[in-house]
Amino acid sequence: MTNRHITVRNRSGTVSFLWEKRAIVILLSLVAITSVCFIAGLSIGSTMISPVAVVKYLLGADDGEHQFIIGTHRLPRMILSLLVGAALGLSGLLLQGIVRNPLASPDIIGITGGASVAAIAYIAYFSETAGIKWLPFASILGAAIVSTAIYALSWNRGVTPYRLVLIGMGMAAATGALTMMMIVLSNTDVAAKAYIWMTGSVYGATWGQVYAMLSWLVVFVPLALLLNRVVNVQELGDDVAAGLGARVQWQRLGMIGISVALAGAAVAFAGAIGFVGLMAPHMARKLAGRSYAVLVPVTAIIGGLLVCSADVVARTAFLPLDIPAGVFTAGIGAPFFIYLLFRSRKPSR
Amino acid sequence: MHELKTNQLTLSYGEKTVIRELNLQIPQGKITVFIGSNGCGKSTLLRSLARLLRPAEGAVILDGRELAKWSTKEVAKRLAVLPQGPVAPEGLTVFQLVKQGRYPHQNWLRQWSQEDERMVTKALEATRMLPYADRPVDSLSGGQRQRAWIAMVLAQGTDVLLLDEPTTYLDMTHQIEILDLLFELNEKERRTIVMVLHDLNLACRYAHHIVAVHDGTVYDQGKPEDVMTAEMVEAVFQLRCQVIKDPLFGTPLFIPHGKGRIIDEQRNAVSVSTG
Amino acid sequence: MEALLARTFSKTAGLLAVAILFVLLFLSSIAFGQTPISPTTVMDAFIRYDPASTDHIIITTTRVSRAVIAAVIGSSLAVAGAFMQALTRNPLASPSTFGINAGAMFCIVLSVTFFSVTSLEHYMWIAFLGAGLAAVLVYFLGSLGNDGLSPIKIVLAGAAISALFSSFTQGMLVLSEQNLESVLFWLAGSVSGRTLDMLEPLWPVMAGAGIAAFWLGGSVNLLALGDDIAKGLGQRTILVKTLMALIVVVLAGGSVAIGGSIGFIGLIVPHMVRSLVGTDHRWIVPYCAFMGAGLLLLADIAARFVIMPREMPIGVMTALFGAPFFIYLARKGVHK
Repeated sequence: MTNRHITVRNRSGTVSFLWEKRAIVILLSLVAITSVCFIAGLSIGSTMISPVAVVKYLLGADDGEHQFIIGTHRLPRMILSLLVGAALGLSGLLLQGIVRNPLASPDIIGITGGASVAAIAYIAYFSETAGIKWLPFASILGAAIVSTAIYALSWNRGVTPYRLVLIGMGMAAATGALTMMMIVLSNTDVAAKAYIWMTGSVYGATWGQVYAMLSWLVVFVPLALLLNRVVNVQELGDDVAAGLGARVQWQRLGMIGISVALAGAAVAFAGAIGFVGLMAPHMARKLAGRSYAVLVPVTAIIGGLLVCSADVVARTAFLPLDIPAGVFTAGIGAPFFIYLLFRSRKPSR
Repeated sequence: MHELKTNQLTLSYGEKTVIRELNLQIPQGKITVFIGSNGCGKSTLLRSLARLLRPAEGAVILDGRELAKWSTKEVAKRLAVLPQGPVAPEGLTVFQLVKQGRYPHQNWLRQWSQEDERMVTKALEATRMLPYADRPVDSLSGGQRQRAWIAMVLAQGTDVLLLDEPTTYLDMTHQIEILDLLFELNEKERRTIVMVLHDLNLACRYAHHIVAVHDGTVYDQGKPEDVMTAEMVEAVFQLRCQVIKDPLFGTPLFIPHGKGRIIDEQRNAVSVSTG
Repeated sequence: MEALLARTFSKTAGLLAVAILFVLLFLSSIAFGQTPISPTTVMDAFIRYDPASTDHIIITTTRVSRAVIAAVIGSSLAVAGAFMQALTRNPLASPSTFGINAGAMFCIVLSVTFFSVTSLEHYMWIAFLGAGLAAVLVYFLGSLGNDGLSPIKIVLAGAAISALFSSFTQGMLVLSEQNLESVLFWLAGSVSGRTLDMLEPLWPVMAGAGIAAFWLGGSVNLLALGDDIAKGLGQRTILVKTLMALIVVVLAGGSVAIGGSIGFIGLIVPHMVRSLVGTDHRWIVPYCAFMGAGLLLLADIAARFVIMPREMPIGVMTALFGAPFFIYLARKGVHK
């Protein structure tokens, strides 16, 4: 047997797992890097706070001096960006498993588009009367409705990845057009708000949002983990998967459902941050290989890192301007992404 | 031992009926090969046996119960299928691929039991892929890749193996390699093997039971030496052949009529007459 | 798919019909609008121009230029789409789905934001550059991995590059705090407020590309049989492919430079044309030119009326009609 793995079994054999050594190493390193970035991010800003003070605050040993800046502003914002990034990354990972192609992501397949349409409609028509409170629900509802439509339209005695991608793209175009239409038709104030939402921003994050996002993730991330064997098997092709006993269509539906739930929630709280769902899984795969059970935590962390660092850059690079994080997610991730792709170039057979 | 047969099986693609009301019994513990011309439905038939295609009418019966009534996992513990031209995801290693074969025996808590480990090791040994276990599947040669997939199917630990054209696109050396491997498996472990093959001569050599699919039904079936005659080949393939006994194995060997260089008797030991 | 018009006679007749339809739409585009103008007034404006009549002024300044620009963009996008679909052998290729529009937009916004480029002639070359860049990236991205250039990979690569460029563009717009509304309008694709002198530096290049496209028709037919077969028959496939790519870049880039990102025309029109006249590109190119122009003119007329008195950006219009058609094509199973 290969020596790349560690076997974990209990005495009676009812519980057993196989872990890749390399994956564990990578996971631990990523956690370390994230912690460092987290502390660094909390320190910098329009008011610089020393990292030592930050650590003291986090350990509860602070004397109230930094309560406002860290506790009310930066901490919730950074945690939210980590959670949003994790959700988007996982959503993309699941979709790429369904479509069996590393270029799929929630924004390309139209899920984000559905959330945007609902969110912009809400901002344009309901926010004055109902306030901003219900925006996340509108967003998730929009994502759910559009995704259901995409799934239904792709159904023809089963859903094939190709059809799903195409119809998703058509829906993305349609929802994009509708969204544009609404923005164009509305007044400047709404248009500005809508535009910022479309770019993606975690500005003004509150603890309430953090808890909401956290509770959502607590439900869906374990669900995603539970699917790990399913995703591994589906990647071999529908025929092979069915031959191995996988109930392909049901599992596919489950994967789509979880992907939509994660993307919808992320977009609900942070707007249409693009590209994380595409980049994070890919970067994770280049680092950690193909075993899905490993990819789930690695993708989540990388996604979180991406959004978090994009937000830190966004709010400090052009001081005193506080720029939406979505501007930088592509900027930070893309060069990395292209480098990774370039390195893995293989001649086609 | 598991019994696999069909009952009045009708298969169609859209409007076109490919197989009509077929009653077929797959011999247990033997190698069965489906032969037939392109588009005759032999792959379709195999896929329906593997539960990859739903019958339009009739049924495939496994151990006395209709295939459609079994749960997918239960079927997977008894039947393993290797479709034509499978593609492994980029970067997947041989070990990771073969491991997947244990899917129907695992659940979320029990992902790597001792039995799993034993079966995977056995499968890798049987296919002589153990030295390649950590190599990505897509970096292997055609023959090695096919062996990796066969290892996966072996690890599934089923009595019945269904293979759709396992040797197409492989060169002669690798074809023999794969077929030898399957023959050994059948000899040592008495697994039932059903496969679709194009090469008539290889089919005759390795198969205990030949099924000639033609015109929506089975034209003839039985032992190759009984069933494979020049008349049958002409009827099923529209090809005139001369049949001789294979000098190494004694099984039927088909030599098609047609064009080609004729070497005279003095220069060649084997004389061939054309028609 | 059987072509509807199989014989040369019917193809010629069809072309004539389509051309007449185009002229009618062109004239309608001039006649319809916020200020209703009768057809006779339109004729008068051309024959007996009266500088004192407001109607005549509207016609000659805004309406005609708008109609001409819509026609040029429509035909360019349709021909570019047809060539893209032939080049990539993918019936879902088009300047918008492959990120070409997004790439051109990105480069233009980049040059405006950071290099303060304002000359329209510069826009044109920058748009070409952006379109070319996007095309190269999509091709590269789609051929990664070990099974080469497959349809699904190209589609996804195009969408990914498109998304990448769009997000960069959006970011730059946010950063530069441009007047949001006018920029948005342009981003969504618009032909309103465009004057004929905008067309001036572009039209020779684009006309040249159009003529080249027609001239290449026969070579494209041969290439469609497969690279190896075409080479075996003596064609210099690399030359033909490069020319095709250049034509696409010029036509699509030029359209973006004037009208922003207008999608789906390049996707739908070639499909409609192919179901009419089959796969002979010597017919496809002129048909696409007329039908593309006609369709965009139609969309423009609709865009003026749908939300009177405001105007809908034409890119939104084409997307709203194009998307359902695209979905229908996908369901029908255009490509496995």
